[in-house]
Amino acid sequence: MARLVVLGGGVSGHTAATFAAKWLGSAHEVVVVTPNAKWNWIPSNIWVGVGEMSKEEVTFDLAPVYAKAGIIYHQAKALGIHPEGNETSDKPYVVVESTEAGKVGKIENIEYDYLINATGPKLNFAATPGLGDANGLGEFTVSVCTADHAVHASHELQKCIEKMRKGERQKFLVGTGHGMCTCQGAAFEYIFNIEHELNKAGVRNMADLKWISNESFLGDFGVGGLHMNTMGFAVSSKIFAESLYTERNIDWVIGAHVNKVEAGKAHYELLDGTMGEESFDFAMLIPPFAGVGLKAISKTGEDITTTVFAPNGFMKVDANYNAGSYENWKASDWPKTYQNPTYKNMFACGIAFAPPHPISKPMSSPNGTPITPTPPRTGMPSGIMGKVVAQSVCDRILHGADAPLHEASMAHMGAACVASAGKGLFTGTAAAMTIYPVVPDFEKYPGTGRDLDYTFGEIGLAGHWIKHILHHLFIWKAKLKPGWTLIPE
Amino acid sequence: MEKKPEHNIKAYGNNFTTMTPGPFAVKMRTCVIWQFLRFLAINIKMIVVVRKSH
Repeated sequence: MARLVVLGGGVSGHTAATFAAKWLGSAHEVVVVTPNAKWNWIPSNIWVGVGEMSKEEVTFDLAPVYAKAGIIYHQAKALGIHPEGNETSDKPYVVVESTEAGKVGKIENIEYDYLINATGPKLNFAATPGLGDANGLGEFTVSVCTADHAVHASHELQKCIEKMRKGERQKFLVGTGHGMCTCQGAAFEYIFNIEHELNKAGVRNMADLKWISNESFLGDFGVGGLHMNTMGFAVSSKIFAESLYTERNIDWVIGAHVNKVEAGKAHYELLDGTMGEESFDFAMLIPPFAGVGLKAISKTGEDITTTVFAPNGFMKVDANYNAGSYENWKASDWPKTYQNPTYKNMFACGIAFAPPHPISKPMSSPNGTPITPTPPRTGMPSGIMGKVVAQSVCDRILHGADAPLHEASMAHMGAACVASAGKGLFTGTAAAMTIYPVVPDFEKYPGTGRDLDYTFGEIGLAGHWIKHILHHLFIWKAKLKPGWTLIPE
Repeated sequence: MEKKPEHNIKAYGNNFTTMTPGPFAVKMRTCVIWQFLRFLAINIKMIVVVRKSH
Protein backbone atom coordinates (compact mmCIF):
# COMPACT_ATOMS: atom_id res chain seq x y z
CA MET A 1 0.00 0.00 0.00
CA ALA A 2 1.35 3.41 -0.98
CA ARG A 3 0.52 6.67 0.75
CA LEU A 4 0.08 10.03 -0.96
CA VAL A 5 0.13 13.04 1.32
CA VAL A 6 -1.36 16.28 0.01
CA LEU A 7 -0.46 19.46 1.87
CA GLY A 8 -3.27 21.97 1.45
CA GLY A 9 -6.97 21.69 0.74
CA GLY A 10 -7.57 24.65 -1.55
CA VAL A 11 -8.48 24.51 -5.23
CA SER A 12 -5.30 22.72 -6.29
CA GLY A 13 -4.85 20.45 -3.27
CA HIS A 14 -8.52 19.50 -3.05
CA THR A 15 -8.60 18.68 -6.76
CA ALA A 16 -5.44 16.58 -6.49
CA ALA A 17 -6.60 14.70 -3.39
CA THR A 18 -10.12 13.95 -4.56
CA PHE A 19 -9.05 12.70 -7.99
CA ALA A 20 -6.21 10.66 -6.47
CA ALA A 21 -8.62 9.04 -4.02
CA LYS A 22 -10.97 8.17 -6.88
CA TRP A 23 -8.23 6.72 -9.10
CA LEU A 24 -6.33 4.86 -6.36
CA GLY A 25 -9.35 3.36 -4.61
CA SER A 26 -9.05 1.75 -1.22
CA ALA A 27 -5.84 -0.13 -2.07
CA HIS A 28 -3.79 2.99 -1.30
CA GLU A 29 -4.02 5.89 1.12
CA VAL A 30 -4.61 9.55 0.35
CA VAL A 31 -3.97 11.90 3.26
CA VAL A 32 -4.81 15.61 3.26
CA VAL A 33 -3.16 17.99 5.71
CA THR A 34 -4.77 21.41 5.84
CA PRO A 35 -5.11 23.84 8.73
CA ASN A 36 -8.62 24.78 7.67
CA ALA A 37 -11.78 23.00 8.77
CA LYS A 38 -13.71 24.51 5.87
CA TRP A 39 -13.27 24.67 2.12
CA ASN A 40 -13.70 28.15 0.69
CA TRP A 41 -14.71 29.05 -2.87
CA ILE A 42 -12.47 32.11 -2.82
CA PRO A 43 -13.72 33.77 -6.04
CA SER A 44 -17.07 34.43 -4.34
CA ASN A 45 -15.46 36.12 -1.33
CA ILE A 46 -15.85 39.44 -3.12
CA TRP A 47 -19.63 39.01 -2.88
CA VAL A 48 -19.30 38.27 0.83
CA GLY A 49 -17.22 41.43 1.08
CA VAL A 50 -20.10 43.58 -0.13
CA GLY A 51 -22.78 41.74 1.84
CA GLU A 52 -24.31 39.96 -1.17
CA MET A 53 -23.43 36.49 0.12
CA SER A 54 -22.91 34.98 3.55
CA LYS A 55 -19.82 33.15 4.70
CA GLU A 56 -21.88 29.96 4.82
CA GLU A 57 -22.64 30.24 1.11
CA VAL A 58 -18.97 30.19 0.13
CA THR A 59 -17.65 27.60 2.59
CA PHE A 60 -18.42 24.06 3.71
CA ASP A 61 -16.98 21.55 6.19
CA LEU A 62 -14.20 19.42 4.73
CA ALA A 63 -14.41 16.48 7.15
CA PRO A 64 -17.62 14.88 5.81
CA VAL A 65 -16.48 15.29 2.20
CA TYR A 66 -13.16 13.61 2.87
CA ALA A 67 -14.88 10.87 4.89
CA LYS A 68 -17.12 10.18 1.87
CA ALA A 69 -14.11 10.08 -0.46
CA GLY A 70 -12.10 7.77 1.81
CA ILE A 71 -9.45 10.45 2.34
CA ILE A 72 -7.63 10.61 5.67
CA TYR A 73 -7.94 14.19 6.87
CA HIS A 74 -5.63 15.93 9.31
CA GLN A 75 -6.67 19.41 10.32
CA ALA A 76 -3.14 20.62 10.83
CA LYS A 77 -0.49 22.83 9.35
CA ALA A 78 2.66 21.36 7.90
CA LEU A 79 5.86 22.58 9.55
CA GLY A 80 8.57 20.67 7.74
CA ILE A 81 9.41 18.04 5.19
CA HIS A 82 11.97 15.30 5.78
CA PRO A 83 12.35 13.95 2.24
CA GLU A 84 15.13 11.51 3.20
CA GLY A 85 13.58 10.31 6.45
CA ASN A 86 15.74 10.53 9.55
CA GLU A 87 18.65 8.70 11.12
CA THR A 88 16.50 5.75 12.14
CA SER A 89 14.39 5.37 8.98
CA ASP A 90 14.68 6.06 5.26
CA LYS A 91 10.97 6.71 4.99
CA PRO A 92 10.22 10.36 4.10
CA TYR A 93 7.75 12.18 6.30
CA VAL A 94 6.19 15.54 7.04
CA VAL A 95 5.92 17.12 10.47
CA VAL A 96 2.51 18.65 11.13
CA GLU A 97 1.01 20.65 13.98
CA SER A 98 -2.68 20.17 14.71
CA THR A 99 -5.08 23.10 14.45
CA GLU A 100 -8.11 21.00 15.42
CA ALA A 101 -10.09 22.10 18.46
CA GLY A 102 -8.95 20.12 21.47
CA LYS A 103 -5.67 19.06 19.83
CA VAL A 104 -4.17 22.44 18.98
CA GLY A 105 -0.39 22.35 18.96
CA LYS A 106 -0.07 18.56 18.91
CA ILE A 107 2.91 17.57 16.74
CA GLU A 108 2.75 14.50 14.54
CA ASN A 109 4.92 12.88 11.85
CA ILE A 110 3.15 11.56 8.75
CA GLU A 111 5.14 9.26 6.46
CA TYR A 112 4.60 9.37 2.72
CA ASP A 113 5.55 7.67 -0.50
CA TYR A 114 4.51 10.66 -2.62
CA LEU A 115 3.98 14.25 -1.54
CA ILE A 116 1.99 16.97 -3.26
CA ASN A 117 2.64 20.42 -1.89
CA ALA A 118 -0.44 22.56 -2.53
CA THR A 119 -0.33 24.74 0.54
CA GLY A 120 -1.30 27.93 -1.22
CA PRO A 121 0.26 31.17 -0.03
CA LYS A 122 0.96 32.87 3.24
CA LEU A 123 -0.84 36.22 3.14
CA ASN A 124 2.21 38.34 3.86
CA PHE A 125 0.54 41.37 5.46
CA ALA A 126 3.74 41.99 7.41
CA ALA A 127 5.57 42.96 4.19
CA THR A 128 3.99 46.42 4.32
CA PRO A 129 4.14 48.25 7.65
CA GLY A 130 0.62 49.02 8.79
CA LEU A 131 -1.05 46.57 6.41
CA GLY A 132 -0.75 43.93 9.09
CA ASP A 133 1.80 41.81 10.87
CA ALA A 134 2.83 38.20 11.24
CA ASN A 135 -0.54 37.50 12.85
CA GLY A 136 -2.44 38.74 9.81
CA LEU A 137 -4.56 41.67 8.75
CA GLY A 138 -3.99 45.02 10.48
CA GLU A 139 -6.50 47.49 11.83
CA PHE A 140 -6.40 50.14 9.09
CA THR A 141 -7.53 48.18 6.04
CA VAL A 142 -9.81 45.31 5.13
CA SER A 143 -9.27 42.21 2.99
CA VAL A 144 -11.33 39.72 0.98
CA CYS A 145 -8.64 37.04 0.91
CA THR A 146 -10.54 34.76 3.30
CA ALA A 147 -14.23 34.38 4.02
CA ASP A 148 -13.75 35.79 7.55
CA HIS A 149 -11.86 38.78 6.15
CA ALA A 150 -14.67 39.34 3.66
CA VAL A 151 -17.32 39.32 6.41
CA HIS A 152 -15.31 41.97 8.25
CA ALA A 153 -14.94 43.99 5.02
CA SER A 154 -18.69 43.89 4.49
CA HIS A 155 -19.35 45.25 7.98
CA GLU A 156 -16.90 48.10 7.43
CA LEU A 157 -18.47 48.86 4.04
CA GLN A 158 -21.92 49.07 5.62
CA LYS A 159 -20.57 51.58 8.16
CA CYS A 160 -19.32 53.75 5.30
CA ILE A 161 -22.66 53.52 3.52
CA GLU A 162 -24.42 54.65 6.71
CA LYS A 163 -22.07 57.62 6.96
CA MET A 164 -22.79 58.59 3.35
CA ARG A 165 -26.51 58.37 3.99
CA LYS A 166 -25.94 60.91 6.75
CA GLY A 167 -24.17 63.22 4.32
CA GLU A 168 -20.55 62.36 5.08
CA ARG A 169 -18.44 61.91 1.93
CA GLN A 170 -16.29 58.75 1.90
CA LYS A 171 -13.18 57.78 -0.03
CA PHE A 172 -12.52 54.19 -1.06
CA LEU A 173 -9.04 52.96 -1.95
CA VAL A 174 -8.76 49.46 -3.43
CA GLY A 175 -5.88 47.61 -5.03
CA THR A 176 -2.56 46.05 -4.08
CA GLY A 177 -0.75 46.69 -0.83
CA HIS A 178 2.81 46.09 -2.02
CA GLY A 179 4.93 46.35 -5.14
CA MET A 180 5.20 42.57 -5.55
CA CYS A 181 1.55 41.58 -5.25
CA THR A 182 -0.47 39.30 -7.45
CA CYS A 183 -4.27 38.78 -7.54
CA GLN A 184 -5.05 42.19 -9.06
CA GLY A 185 -8.17 40.51 -10.43
CA ALA A 186 -9.70 40.06 -6.98
CA ALA A 187 -9.16 43.73 -6.15
CA PHE A 188 -10.52 44.68 -9.59
CA GLU A 189 -13.69 42.73 -8.83
CA TYR A 190 -14.00 44.24 -5.39
CA ILE A 191 -13.77 47.88 -6.41
CA PHE A 192 -16.43 47.42 -9.10
CA ASN A 193 -18.67 45.50 -6.73
CA ILE A 194 -18.34 48.32 -4.19
CA GLU A 195 -19.26 50.82 -6.90
CA HIS A 196 -22.28 48.70 -7.86
CA GLU A 197 -23.42 48.44 -4.23
CA LEU A 198 -23.03 52.19 -3.67
CA ASN A 199 -25.25 52.78 -6.68
CA LYS A 200 -27.83 50.36 -5.33
CA ALA A 201 -27.70 52.11 -1.96
CA GLY A 202 -28.21 55.47 -3.67
CA VAL A 203 -25.02 56.97 -2.26
CA ARG A 204 -22.66 56.76 -5.24
CA ASN A 205 -22.56 60.56 -5.52
CA MET A 206 -21.14 60.70 -1.98
CA ALA A 207 -18.20 58.42 -2.76
CA ASP A 208 -14.79 58.83 -4.36
CA LEU A 209 -13.25 55.58 -5.56
CA LYS A 210 -9.60 55.11 -6.40
CA TRP A 211 -7.63 52.16 -7.66
CA ILE A 212 -4.00 51.72 -6.67
CA SER A 213 -1.86 48.90 -8.00
CA ASN A 214 1.60 47.70 -8.87
CA GLU A 215 0.68 47.12 -12.52
CA SER A 216 2.69 49.24 -14.96
CA PHE A 217 -0.52 49.71 -16.93
CA LEU A 218 -4.19 49.17 -16.15
CA GLY A 219 -5.26 45.72 -17.31
CA ASP A 220 -1.88 44.05 -16.78
CA PHE A 221 -3.43 41.62 -14.24
CA GLY A 222 -0.04 40.03 -13.62
CA VAL A 223 -0.03 38.36 -17.04
CA GLY A 224 1.51 41.25 -18.93
CA GLY A 225 -1.95 42.24 -20.11
CA LEU A 226 -3.58 40.56 -23.05
CA HIS A 227 -4.85 41.42 -26.47
CA MET A 228 -8.37 40.33 -27.23
CA ASN A 229 -10.03 39.67 -30.53
CA THR A 230 -12.88 42.18 -30.54
CA MET A 231 -14.85 43.57 -33.47
CA GLY A 232 -12.06 42.69 -35.85
CA PHE A 233 -9.36 44.37 -33.76
CA ALA A 234 -6.68 43.00 -31.47
CA VAL A 235 -7.51 45.23 -28.54
CA SER A 236 -5.29 45.58 -25.46
CA SER A 237 -6.75 44.87 -22.04
CA LYS A 238 -5.43 48.35 -21.16
CA ILE A 239 -8.07 49.90 -23.40
CA PHE A 240 -10.80 47.73 -21.87
CA ALA A 241 -9.72 48.43 -18.31
CA GLU A 242 -9.29 52.19 -18.76
CA SER A 243 -12.67 52.35 -20.46
CA LEU A 244 -14.42 50.54 -17.62
CA TYR A 245 -12.73 52.60 -14.90
CA THR A 246 -13.70 55.78 -16.72
CA GLU A 247 -17.26 54.64 -17.31
CA ARG A 248 -17.68 53.88 -13.60
CA ASN A 249 -15.82 57.07 -12.63
CA ILE A 250 -12.99 55.37 -10.78
CA ASP A 251 -9.63 57.12 -10.78
CA TRP A 252 -6.37 55.17 -10.67
CA VAL A 253 -2.76 55.21 -9.53
CA ILE A 254 -0.60 52.55 -11.16
CA GLY A 255 3.01 51.46 -10.91
CA ALA A 256 2.69 51.93 -7.17
CA HIS A 257 4.46 50.15 -4.34
CA VAL A 258 2.49 50.82 -1.17
CA ASN A 259 5.23 51.02 1.44
CA LYS A 260 3.34 52.08 4.55
CA VAL A 261 -0.24 52.22 5.75
CA GLU A 262 -1.50 54.18 8.70
CA ALA A 263 -4.93 55.25 9.88
CA GLY A 264 -6.68 56.75 6.86
CA LYS A 265 -3.55 57.08 4.75
CA ALA A 266 -1.48 54.92 2.39
CA HIS A 267 2.06 55.93 1.42
CA TYR A 268 3.49 54.74 -1.87
CA GLU A 269 6.42 54.93 -4.24
CA LEU A 270 5.88 55.10 -7.99
CA LEU A 271 7.85 53.59 -10.84
CA ASP A 272 9.30 57.02 -11.60
CA GLY A 273 10.73 57.13 -8.07
CA THR A 274 8.40 59.79 -6.72
CA MET A 275 6.66 59.31 -3.40
CA GLY A 276 3.02 59.98 -2.72
CA GLU A 277 0.23 59.38 -0.26
CA GLU A 278 -3.44 58.67 -0.63
CA SER A 279 -6.04 59.26 2.04
CA PHE A 280 -8.95 56.87 2.54
CA ASP A 281 -11.94 56.14 4.71
CA PHE A 282 -12.10 52.52 3.52
CA ALA A 283 -9.23 50.56 2.00
CA MET A 284 -8.93 47.02 0.69
CA LEU A 285 -5.35 46.35 -0.26
CA ILE A 286 -4.32 42.83 -1.31
CA PRO A 287 -1.17 41.66 0.54
CA PRO A 288 1.76 40.05 -1.26
CA PHE A 289 1.97 36.27 -1.18
CA ALA A 290 4.86 34.21 0.19
CA GLY A 291 5.45 30.52 0.81
CA VAL A 292 3.96 29.21 4.04
CA GLY A 293 7.40 28.81 5.59
CA LEU A 294 7.89 25.06 5.29
CA LYS A 295 11.33 23.78 6.29
CA ALA A 296 13.13 20.92 4.62
CA ILE A 297 15.46 18.77 6.69
CA SER A 298 17.93 16.14 5.47
CA LYS A 299 18.44 12.69 6.93
CA THR A 300 21.24 13.99 9.13
CA GLY A 301 19.17 16.88 10.43
CA GLU A 302 20.75 19.48 8.15
CA ASP A 303 18.52 22.34 6.97
CA ILE A 304 18.08 21.86 3.21
CA THR A 305 15.26 24.39 2.79
CA THR A 306 17.19 26.34 0.15
CA THR A 307 17.60 23.14 -1.88
CA VAL A 308 13.90 22.39 -1.93
CA PHE A 309 12.40 25.86 -1.84
CA ALA A 310 13.05 29.12 -3.69
CA PRO A 311 13.92 32.21 -1.60
CA ASN A 312 10.24 33.30 -1.67
CA GLY A 313 9.30 30.07 0.11
CA PHE A 314 7.65 28.36 -2.86
CA MET A 315 8.76 24.85 -3.84
CA LYS A 316 11.17 24.41 -6.73
CA VAL A 317 9.85 22.31 -9.60
CA ASP A 318 10.90 21.54 -13.17
CA ALA A 319 11.11 25.20 -14.19
CA ASN A 320 14.08 27.07 -15.62
CA TYR A 321 15.14 29.27 -12.71
CA ASN A 322 18.16 30.58 -14.60
CA ALA A 323 16.38 32.32 -17.46
CA GLY A 324 17.99 35.65 -16.67
CA SER A 325 16.61 38.95 -17.90
CA TYR A 326 13.22 39.55 -19.54
CA GLU A 327 14.71 39.47 -23.04
CA ASN A 328 15.77 35.85 -22.48
CA TRP A 329 12.47 34.58 -21.11
CA LYS A 330 10.80 31.77 -23.01
CA ALA A 331 7.54 29.92 -22.65
CA SER A 332 9.60 26.78 -22.10
CA ASP A 333 10.92 28.23 -18.82
CA TRP A 334 7.58 27.31 -17.24
CA PRO A 335 7.24 23.95 -15.49
CA LYS A 336 5.39 21.09 -17.15
CA THR A 337 5.26 18.28 -14.58
CA TYR A 338 5.64 20.22 -11.28
CA GLN A 339 8.08 17.59 -10.00
CA ASN A 340 10.74 18.69 -7.54
CA PRO A 341 14.13 18.33 -9.26
CA THR A 342 15.88 16.95 -6.18
CA TYR A 343 13.27 14.65 -4.68
CA LYS A 344 11.34 12.95 -7.47
CA ASN A 345 8.46 11.84 -5.23
CA MET A 346 7.59 15.44 -4.38
CA PHE A 347 5.42 17.74 -6.49
CA ALA A 348 4.08 21.25 -6.02
CA CYS A 349 1.03 22.80 -7.66
CA GLY A 350 -1.19 25.86 -7.47
CA ILE A 351 0.36 28.86 -5.79
CA ALA A 352 2.80 26.59 -3.91
CA PHE A 353 5.16 26.02 -6.86
CA ALA A 354 7.94 28.52 -7.47
CA PRO A 355 7.43 30.20 -10.86
CA PRO A 356 10.60 30.70 -12.92
CA HIS A 357 10.02 34.45 -13.17
CA PRO A 358 7.12 36.91 -13.45
CA ILE A 359 4.95 37.02 -16.56
CA SER A 360 4.76 40.82 -16.65
CA LYS A 361 7.97 42.60 -17.58
CA PRO A 362 9.88 43.30 -14.35
CA MET A 363 10.26 46.95 -13.46
CA SER A 364 11.73 48.91 -10.61
CA SER A 365 11.89 52.51 -9.55
CA PRO A 366 15.10 54.57 -9.83
CA ASN A 367 15.45 53.93 -6.09
CA GLY A 368 15.78 50.21 -6.83
CA THR A 369 12.35 49.24 -5.51
CA PRO A 370 10.89 46.37 -7.58
CA ILE A 371 7.34 47.18 -8.64
CA THR A 372 6.12 44.21 -10.66
CA PRO A 373 3.09 41.97 -10.40
CA THR A 374 4.00 38.41 -9.52
CA PRO A 375 2.41 35.75 -11.71
CA PRO A 376 -1.07 34.46 -10.85
CA ARG A 377 -1.36 30.67 -10.36
CA THR A 378 -4.94 30.52 -9.15
CA GLY A 379 -8.30 29.45 -10.52
CA MET A 380 -8.51 27.21 -13.56
CA PRO A 381 -4.73 26.69 -14.01
CA SER A 382 -4.46 25.79 -10.34
CA GLY A 383 -7.14 23.11 -10.65
CA ILE A 384 -5.65 21.69 -13.85
CA MET A 385 -2.21 21.47 -12.23
CA GLY A 386 -3.68 19.66 -9.24
CA LYS A 387 -5.40 17.11 -11.46
CA VAL A 388 -2.34 16.53 -13.66
CA VAL A 389 -0.03 16.07 -10.69
CA ALA A 390 -2.51 13.60 -9.18
CA GLN A 391 -2.53 11.70 -12.50
CA SER A 392 1.27 11.49 -12.46
CA VAL A 393 1.40 10.26 -8.88
CA CYS A 394 -1.38 7.72 -9.40
CA ASP A 395 0.33 6.35 -12.53
CA ARG A 396 3.57 5.92 -10.62
CA ILE A 397 1.80 4.17 -7.75
CA LEU A 398 -0.26 1.91 -10.00
CA HIS A 399 2.18 1.30 -12.88
CA GLY A 400 5.62 1.71 -11.39
CA ALA A 401 8.05 4.50 -10.56
CA ASP A 402 9.04 4.89 -14.21
CA ALA A 403 5.57 5.75 -15.47
CA PRO A 404 5.73 8.91 -17.58
CA LEU A 405 4.62 12.12 -15.94
CA HIS A 406 1.66 14.12 -17.20
CA GLU A 407 2.19 17.71 -18.28
CA ALA A 408 0.28 20.96 -17.85
CA SER A 409 2.47 23.96 -18.56
CA MET A 410 0.89 27.37 -18.07
CA ALA A 411 2.53 28.23 -21.39
CA HIS A 412 0.38 25.59 -23.11
CA MET A 413 -2.82 26.04 -21.17
CA GLY A 414 -5.56 28.63 -21.39
CA ALA A 415 -7.77 30.04 -18.71
CA ALA A 416 -11.35 31.15 -18.56
CA CYS A 417 -11.77 34.05 -16.18
CA VAL A 418 -14.94 35.79 -15.07
CA ALA A 419 -14.42 39.00 -13.10
CA SER A 420 -17.53 40.32 -11.41
CA ALA A 421 -18.32 44.02 -11.75
CA GLY A 422 -21.53 43.90 -9.70
CA LYS A 423 -24.04 41.29 -8.52
CA GLY A 424 -27.68 41.15 -9.57
CA LEU A 425 -29.80 38.74 -11.58
CA PHE A 426 -30.76 41.45 -14.09
CA THR A 427 -28.48 44.32 -13.08
CA GLY A 428 -25.18 42.50 -12.52
CA THR A 429 -22.25 42.56 -14.92
CA ALA A 430 -18.97 40.72 -15.20
CA ALA A 431 -16.03 40.70 -17.55
CA ALA A 432 -15.89 37.26 -19.16
CA MET A 433 -12.48 36.51 -20.62
CA THR A 434 -10.49 33.66 -22.02
CA ILE A 435 -6.76 33.80 -22.43
CA TYR A 436 -4.66 31.31 -24.39
CA PRO A 437 -2.03 30.57 -23.34
CA VAL A 438 -1.75 32.03 -19.83
CA VAL A 439 1.98 32.58 -20.25
CA PRO A 440 2.58 34.39 -23.53
CA ASP A 441 4.61 32.55 -26.13
CA PHE A 442 6.12 35.22 -28.37
CA GLU A 443 7.87 32.66 -30.56
CA LYS A 444 4.66 30.83 -31.42
CA TYR A 445 2.40 33.90 -31.42
CA PRO A 446 4.55 36.86 -32.50
CA GLY A 447 3.41 40.27 -31.30
CA THR A 448 0.80 39.56 -28.67
CA GLY A 449 2.18 36.23 -27.41
CA ARG A 450 -1.31 34.76 -27.46
CA ASP A 451 -3.63 33.03 -29.89
CA LEU A 452 -6.29 35.62 -30.70
CA ASP A 453 -8.68 32.89 -31.86
CA TYR A 454 -8.95 31.82 -28.24
CA THR A 455 -8.36 35.08 -26.38
CA PHE A 456 -11.40 37.31 -26.03
CA GLY A 457 -13.27 39.37 -23.48
CA GLU A 458 -16.50 41.26 -23.00
CA ILE A 459 -18.50 42.72 -20.17
CA GLY A 460 -22.18 42.21 -19.52
CA LEU A 461 -24.95 40.46 -17.68
CA ALA A 462 -24.09 37.15 -19.36
CA GLY A 463 -20.72 37.19 -17.61
CA HIS A 464 -22.48 37.65 -14.28
CA TRP A 465 -24.77 34.70 -14.94
CA ILE A 466 -21.73 32.58 -15.80
CA LYS A 467 -19.92 33.61 -12.62
CA HIS A 468 -22.96 32.80 -10.52
CA ILE A 469 -23.42 29.42 -12.19
CA LEU A 470 -19.71 28.66 -11.73
CA HIS A 471 -20.09 29.45 -8.02
CA HIS A 472 -22.66 26.67 -7.65
CA LEU A 473 -20.93 24.28 -10.08
CA PHE A 474 -17.57 24.41 -8.34
CA ILE A 475 -19.02 24.05 -4.86
CA TRP A 476 -21.02 21.07 -6.19
CA LYS A 477 -17.80 19.62 -7.61
CA ALA A 478 -15.79 20.26 -4.45
CA LYS A 479 -18.48 18.52 -2.37
CA LEU A 480 -18.08 15.49 -4.66
CA LYS A 481 -21.77 15.43 -5.47
CA PRO A 482 -23.06 13.22 -8.34
CA GLY A 483 -21.33 13.95 -11.62
CA TRP A 484 -18.52 15.98 -10.00
CA THR A 485 -15.86 14.51 -12.26
CA LEU A 486 -17.71 15.79 -15.34
CA ILE A 487 -17.23 19.41 -14.27
CA PRO A 488 -13.90 20.60 -15.67
CA GLU A 489 -11.39 22.42 -13.53
CA MET B 1 -28.84 66.26 -18.25
CA GLU B 2 -28.22 62.55 -17.90
CA LYS B 3 -24.61 61.77 -17.04
CA LYS B 4 -22.91 59.78 -19.78
CA PRO B 5 -19.70 57.77 -19.38
CA GLU B 6 -17.73 60.27 -21.46
CA HIS B 7 -18.60 62.97 -18.93
CA ASN B 8 -16.18 61.24 -16.54
CA ILE B 9 -13.22 61.96 -18.84
CA LYS B 10 -10.92 64.62 -17.45
CA ALA B 11 -9.06 66.67 -20.02
CA TYR B 12 -5.39 65.68 -19.96
CA GLY B 13 -6.07 63.51 -16.93
CA ASN B 14 -5.43 59.77 -16.52
CA ASN B 15 -8.38 58.81 -18.67
CA PHE B 16 -8.23 61.44 -21.42
CA THR B 17 -7.15 58.99 -24.12
CA THR B 18 -9.47 56.11 -23.37
CA MET B 19 -12.66 55.07 -25.13
CA THR B 20 -16.03 55.08 -23.41
CA PRO B 21 -19.21 53.24 -24.34
CA GLY B 22 -22.19 55.06 -25.73
CA PRO B 23 -25.74 54.68 -24.36
CA PHE B 24 -26.56 51.82 -26.74
CA ALA B 25 -23.51 49.77 -25.74
CA VAL B 26 -24.28 50.33 -22.04
CA LYS B 27 -27.94 49.36 -22.54
CA MET B 28 -27.03 46.14 -24.33
CA ARG B 29 -24.89 45.02 -21.41
CA THR B 30 -28.00 44.33 -19.35
CA CYS B 31 -30.45 43.65 -22.20
CA VAL B 32 -31.71 40.19 -21.21
CA ILE B 33 -32.41 38.92 -24.74
CA TRP B 34 -29.04 40.05 -26.13
CA GLN B 35 -27.21 38.84 -23.04
CA PHE B 36 -28.87 35.43 -23.28
CA LEU B 37 -27.41 35.11 -26.77
CA ARG B 38 -24.03 36.30 -25.49
CA PHE B 39 -24.35 33.78 -22.64
CA LEU B 40 -24.56 30.98 -25.19
CA ALA B 41 -21.71 32.39 -27.28
CA ILE B 42 -19.39 32.97 -24.32
CA ASN B 43 -20.07 29.49 -22.96
CA ILE B 44 -19.13 27.92 -26.29
CA LYS B 45 -15.93 29.97 -26.44
CA MET B 46 -15.01 29.06 -22.87
CA ILE B 47 -15.70 25.36 -23.40
CA VAL B 48 -13.38 25.40 -26.41
CA VAL B 49 -10.57 26.96 -24.35
CA VAL B 50 -11.21 24.59 -21.44
CA ARG B 51 -11.04 21.59 -23.79
CA LYS B 52 -7.80 22.88 -25.33
CA SER B 53 -6.30 23.22 -21.84
CA HIS B 54 -6.97 19.70 -20.54
